[in-house]
Amino acid sequence: MFIVIVGCGKVGVNTARSLLHMGHEVIVIEQRKSRYDLLVEELGESLMFGDGTEIWVLEKAGIARADLVVAVTGDDEDNIIISQIARLKFSAPKVVARVNNPFNQPTFDVLGIDATICAAANMLRLIMHELPAHKFVPLLTLKRENIEVVELEVGETSPLANRRIADLVLPDGVLLSAVLRDGKALLPAQAAEIVPGDYVICLLEPGSETELIHAFLPDESVAAVQAEGEIEFYGGE
Amino acid sequence: MYIVIAGCGRVGSSLARQLLGEGHEVCVIDESPEALSLLGDDFAGRFVIGQAIDWETLHEARVGEADAYVTATDGDNTNIVSAQIAREHFGVRCSVARVFDPLRADLFEQTGIRTVCPTKDAQELLHEAVGSCLL
Repeated sequence: MFIVIVGCGKVGVNTARSLLHMGHEVIVIEQRKSRYDLLVEELGESLMFGDGTEIWVLEKAGIARADLVVAVTGDDEDNIIISQIARLKFSAPKVVARVNNPFNQPTFDVLGIDATICAAANMLRLIMHELPAHKFVPLLTLKRENIEVVELEVGETSPLANRRIADLVLPDGVLLSAVLRDGKALLPAQAAEIVPGDYVICLLEPGSETELIHAFLPDESVAAVQAEGEIEFYGGE
Repeated sequence: MYIVIAGCGRVGSSLARQLLGEGHEVCVIDESPEALSLLGDDFAGRFVIGQAIDWETLHEARVGEADAYVTATDGDNTNIVSAQIAREHFGVRCSVARVFDPLRADLFEQTGIRTVCPTKDAQELLHEAVGSCLL
């Protein structure tokens, strides 16, 4: 695969190293001369100096034949522009963009840039997952693929508790993928049954969340549980 | 008419004063409070401090009620993205971005915003001026 990465900061350079190691053809574009000078010896012809939000620079990097474009600069407006140029001008088959400031996520969404990664949001998810008394954490959302992975506590009064997993009837569009018990993940076949206090990891279509929460935590308000698990940021930057 | 302008430099501030003079209601956005001084002491419009791609700033500037939105910050990418937010999220049909790079100015017209490219305009005017000198 041929991959064009824009931005050779910590994220960009490590992505490039991994992809190169996996045998892919990679070009990374970096506009800061000092950063370019620092890395050119290591990356050689895989590193290009220039402003990756300029159409001619992307063209020179070979974006027209790229299988994947990765926009991971430190500026969200630049990552948006790179993604849009890749799509509008070069019909890139796949584009992945980094969201630096979680407040800008809605802009990526409204402009249809659907494969985004936000480190701040992902970190918050994992922190929520580590909190002792969490009920519900949306671990991963793949927007374009229309699927999400959530973690949910099994409540004392859940009609699904103390039942064999094989016999469970889950809401439509939900797949129980794993059971977390005493900090260990068990596949459904290993866990055999689920008991109160377990956490289930489910794969689901967005929209089946409400029914799923109700099934596992029947005594809780679904809205309150969802709000607790929502990835929200407050205040300024 | 209500017009919001993001970017209070030479162009943004002059445009704001011109539109006010024509009887429009004007709001100017800039990330630096000092930019207000460019508008003059008698400026009768609103001034909002914040970034052009920050939704809260755009809310505060009441972009949703604007008849027209103009971006003239010093960043092409900021101008393009901000103008698209005004159009796609706030529903402003007339959203115009100042874009110095002619290639991006052309391409992003596809997204429904209008772009104005001073580089192209200057080139044409200079070409004309040279032409008339040579006559």
